[in-house]
Amino acid sequence: MDTSGLQGYSGTTKELLERENVRIGDEIEVISNGKRYRGILMARYELSDPNYITLKLHNGYNIGIRVTKGVRVFKISAGVKPAFVRPPKPQILSDLPSVIIVSTGGTIASRVEYRTGAVRPALNADDLLAIVPELAGIARIDTEILYNVWSENIQVQHWIGMAEAVDRLIRKNVDGVVLTHGTDTMGYTAAALSFALQKPPVPVVLVGAQRSSDRPSSDATTNLIAAVATAAKAPFGEVVVAMHKWHSDDVIALHRGTRVVKLHTSSRDAFHSVNSRPIAYYQHGELRVIADDLNPRGSNEYICKPKFDARAFLIKFFPSMKPDILNILADIGIKGFVIEGTGLGHVSSNWVPVIKELTEIGVFVGMTSQCKFGRVNMNVYDSGRDLLRAGVVPLDDMLAEVALVKLMWILGNFGDRAELEDIKELMLMNVAGEIRSRTLPNVGG
Amino acid sequence: MEDYSGIGLKVGLEIHRQLDTKKKLFCECPTEEVGDGEGIEFVRRLREVQSELGTIDAAAKFESRKQKTIVYHANLKNVCMVEMDEEPPHNLNPEALDVALIVTLLVDAEPVDEIHVMRKIVIDGSNTTGFQRTCIVGIGGRIEVKNKIIPIQTITLEEDAARIIEVRKDEVHYDLSRLGIPLIEVSTGPVIESPEEAMEVAYAIGRILRATGKVKRGIGTVRQDLNVSIKGGAPVEIKGVQELELVQKVVENEVKRQLHLLRIKEELLKRGVKKEDILNAKPVDVTRVFSKTSSKIIRRQLEVGGVVYAIALKGFAGLLGLQPLPGIRFGAEIAGRVRAWSEVEGIFHTDELPGYGITLEEVKALKDVTGAGESDAIVIVAAERDKTLDAMDVIKERAAEALDGVPEETRAARPDGTTVYMRPRPGSARMYPETDIPPIIISREYIERLKMRLPPTLDSIAQKLVEKYGLSKQLANDIVDSDMVEDFEDIVSKTGAPYTVVASTLTELLRSLRRDGVNVERITKAHITRFFELVSSGKVAKEAARDVLAAVAQKGQDVDRIVDELGLWSPPVSEVENRIRTLVKEHEKEISADEKRAIAKLMGELMKEYRGKVDGALLNSMLVKTIQTLKSKDV
Repeated sequence: MDTSGLQGYSGTTKELLERENVRIGDEIEVISNGKRYRGILMARYELSDPNYITLKLHNGYNIGIRVTKGVRVFKISAGVKPAFVRPPKPQILSDLPSVIIVSTGGTIASRVEYRTGAVRPALNADDLLAIVPELAGIARIDTEILYNVWSENIQVQHWIGMAEAVDRLIRKNVDGVVLTHGTDTMGYTAAALSFALQKPPVPVVLVGAQRSSDRPSSDATTNLIAAVATAAKAPFGEVVVAMHKWHSDDVIALHRGTRVVKLHTSSRDAFHSVNSRPIAYYQHGELRVIADDLNPRGSNEYICKPKFDARAFLIKFFPSMKPDILNILADIGIKGFVIEGTGLGHVSSNWVPVIKELTEIGVFVGMTSQCKFGRVNMNVYDSGRDLLRAGVVPLDDMLAEVALVKLMWILGNFGDRAELEDIKELMLMNVAGEIRSRTLPNVGG
Repeated sequence: MEDYSGIGLKVGLEIHRQLDTKKKLFCECPTEEVGDGEGIEFVRRLREVQSELGTIDAAAKFESRKQKTIVYHANLKNVCMVEMDEEPPHNLNPEALDVALIVTLLVDAEPVDEIHVMRKIVIDGSNTTGFQRTCIVGIGGRIEVKNKIIPIQTITLEEDAARIIEVRKDEVHYDLSRLGIPLIEVSTGPVIESPEEAMEVAYAIGRILRATGKVKRGIGTVRQDLNVSIKGGAPVEIKGVQELELVQKVVENEVKRQLHLLRIKEELLKRGVKKEDILNAKPVDVTRVFSKTSSKIIRRQLEVGGVVYAIALKGFAGLLGLQPLPGIRFGAEIAGRVRAWSEVEGIFHTDELPGYGITLEEVKALKDVTGAGESDAIVIVAAERDKTLDAMDVIKERAAEALDGVPEETRAARPDGTTVYMRPRPGSARMYPETDIPPIIISREYIERLKMRLPPTLDSIAQKLVEKYGLSKQLANDIVDSDMVEDFEDIVSKTGAPYTVVASTLTELLRSLRRDGVNVERITKAHITRFFELVSSGKVAKEAARDVLAAVAQKGQDVDRIVDELGLWSPPVSEVENRIRTLVKEHEKEISADEKRAIAKLMGELMKEYRGKVDGALLNSMLVKTIQTLKSKDV
């Protein structure tokens, strides 16, 4: 945290500003090349060129002024800290279901300070309700800040923490839980929670945004409203992901946690269900459930197993890839592999002896397909049959990422005492809708 | 004619113009409209991101109150995921940046050392993001117009907005093809002191922009915004004046409107009306009064469950209908404001009643129910209850503002030069940095390189035409302003036709044909070139230009065929010479009696025969020559 009041400034520029006793937010005048510029001193990004001053002019525009020898700076007046006036809080209706919004990172709702461009996340329930007042008509909202991590920095211990937090809330008899999550690894977390919280009595809904919440066009609020409505009212107890179905702000898809994957870098409809359809859609304030094999809300079969062991590895096979990498990884302690093979589940034939060695010493090797859609079948070609004989376990229609998370979960819960046969059996057993024997044609969604 | 300096008129201009770059400002889509691409539609909602200050901007509040479902139409030949707000913006288009910096240098402004792209909040749907990306490229220049220095405040580069295609009750439809086309904006200081000067400055800035050779032309490519104020008034922003010719008229009308508002203020003060009188007035439900009305508009509202409310405005009698000029009327001010806020159709005031099917009895009843006196006016609104009550608030607010004179507001220009209320003036610009685009450093070397290749000004191009071809200054400027310099030079060098004739054909003649309703778009450069080839080789007279080109536009045939059909081929020189010789012989006596008069008479006869086929000057010189020869023989 920068305490100088000159965030982002360094070197001679910072010295110049310090000499004039200027802080970010102050009104200043800069004279450069005989021209005068008046405005508010703004922060600079850490990685931008150090030889510039960023000034917000009176018309609201920012410009950067090059600091050369002749440049002079005068302080006109000290900055005024803006006082935030919260809009009136909507009335809380006590007969509504209770939903807790657990924040793990990213910002699902923000305020912008137009004077400095600073974006401040709304983290407590009151702020959130002030910004998204629609929520007050759906549920009694409370919020909890669990983490503030970028989604790419999520580790297995965060999965464990999230599962434990949700478990605690379930035991407090809330009617639903919403987790806000960065979108990059939200699919992995959804899978992890699906295994850790089996057949939960209430919906557990992960939600994110592809456009940040400081923009008027953000998908955050529509996604959040759908997520809260699902948590409050859905007839099922499942771990789901709530995100846009398409480019439009109208339909939100609810994807099963073990079937969902991020397939686009930036689009609102980045999340898709693979080898399965979304289990429900939210539109015009209504939840339309289309899956029929769901764990009903209030079921008493809930099991919480919130343990993970990160010593599993996902390998994407590519032409001319050498198998030695498997040995190297096993040597540093990797206890199981999920391979993303080609087509129906293949890797180069020179991998067969290496895989055989590994399975013989008790290392798990499972096969999924980099085709993403469809089921592996290793009986069709000789190469597949050779791999089967070497001990590879075909993982049916499981997504590679989900298989990896499941393997971490199995290693975490049955860990060092687990026999290879036990791991195999569990990997092939349907725990949370991640593996199914029937493949249906892709009918959209 | 107003005494503009006496009333303290001050006008500032913002000239917006589309750039003719290959690609859009933040993506690789073409800026030329491609008509037949695959299209998709999608639906969005925008919401105002709350300000840390918690204060609500009047303009933003206005927009959010009018919030509708937004339907976007995307032609995928012109629109990609960037315009759809499904992909972050790419880097700022360097071609557009070049143009903006060149304009900066041409108006003597200072290029910004480091450009910061900003987000300007606009949540009416015209931008899929909910903001317009914009950046200042140059600051503080000057241009000279008629020996007066006009300061240039800023040169900005921004993305053009989506085009609105339909407004329905709860939906607004936009086409995204235009979104993201680079726009340059040049804004002047508020130093312009007459409507005429406003037009001259707009024209001068337009010529500077066009000198870059990189601005688009035609409908919708130029937009002039005007800030107009007079002494005792308030700054009023008028947006979207598309025609240069309209600038003057809009300013004239706005001055008249503001003067009218000031007179109404004076009159109200004279009548002793106070703001509180207006603000404390209570709207009254007068639906009963109209239960048997013959007013179609009101009946239609009542049939669908609407109501009628009335509000008495103390001391306003006669002021709502007072109309010093068509369209300038306080009643129109109120109606414009109400329609902008709540889209009601049925709004009337007592200055225009009885009328519109509303009877004298109904007006009397209105006066009874509202308790309005002789010096008061009543405004009534018929619509759904919510909208009616909203409208009543708006009416009160606008009527109370009459005591301030001119309210600060943003108005939209209409094609006839009048304006209509659009929205409140935005407060301090709601802008924050576009964090997806890093600041862009403008190095001194880059600026030096641009300085080396600054384009010549249009004035200097016109001057060159004067010097090289002996055109009049006016004709040379006309060629430059019609963007015909290249075509002109091409045609004269290919055909050797007389310069002035080619120049006036390309400008005056085409303009006059267009005025007469001829579809001149069908006349190509090839047509004109061929025509002047025929002129140069003596096969067609230059006088035939109008008839030939008009027929080309009408029939779409080639020039030779048209000349055939119209029978405009020049006769062979020998034939004309023989004809002249015969004529001269026939009139020998008259010639020797009064040569001048005879020449005039013979010319008349010759023109009758050869008009449009042989050049008149040529005929004249042939005639004179023949007479001379004859005379020399006599000696």
